[in-house]
Amino acid sequence: MDKAKANMSIDLKGMSCPMPVLKTKKALDSLTAGQVLFVEATDKGSKADIPAMLNRTGNELLESEENGNVFTFLIKKVK
Amino acid sequence: MEEKKKRMAIIASKGTLDMAYPPLILASTAIAMDCEVGIFFTLYGVDIVTKKKYGSLKVAPIANPAMPSPVPFPNILGVLPGMTPMATMMMKGMIKKINWPSIPELLHVCLESGVKMTACTPTLEMTGMSKADLVEGVEVAGAAEFLDFALDANVNLFV
Repeated sequence: MDKAKANMSIDLKGMSCPMPVLKTKKALDSLTAGQVLFVEATDKGSKADIPAMLNRTGNELLESEENGNVFTFLIKKVK
Repeated sequence: MEEKKKRMAIIASKGTLDMAYPPLILASTAIAMDCEVGIFFTLYGVDIVTKKKYGSLKVAPIANPAMPSPVPFPNILGVLPGMTPMATMMMKGMIKKINWPSIPELLHVCLESGVKMTACTPTLEMTGMSKADLVEGVEVAGAAEFLDFALDANVNLFV
């Protein structure tokens, strides 16, 4: 995953549900359409939760990876 | 034309530390998912939005066989003095371990992000409270106002 593509990175490691979703959404709200956000989280639920939030809010998951116990997401803000 | 927002309506009827979390977690998450959310606090649930109480909600071990304990003990011992503070302390320890926000923190996240919060008027009358006793931003209304909101909701929950 190319972290360099991101306009903003957030580290949500150690946080539990619902915080990774809330913080990811808050970060997306601060970006403008077309910008890219890089997220790292360790909450096991975030693997399903972050894509679910993106699906509902009309944002795009470009890439996601699982390295050990860390989940990473590259997200494009659509609207 | 913008699509109409999805809506979730929750009734929060319990005032224990454990039961204060689900409505607030779901509400804050639903807001992050671009939903409109209203929580109606009734009966003991009003404690979650009462200034003097929301920072010190408790959990009771008595009649709660699911309550974990460091040493197994019969549930009836939960009646002993000091057991509720002990259970509360244990639960706060578990909450801290997973880095959950406290109830006041989560409540303010909800209010700031636009969750509509309403406390039930008969409950306030019953307990001799007024709007001034509630956390700022919490409104007061009755059943019809909640139903007016809930009848158009996609998700309705009673907690």
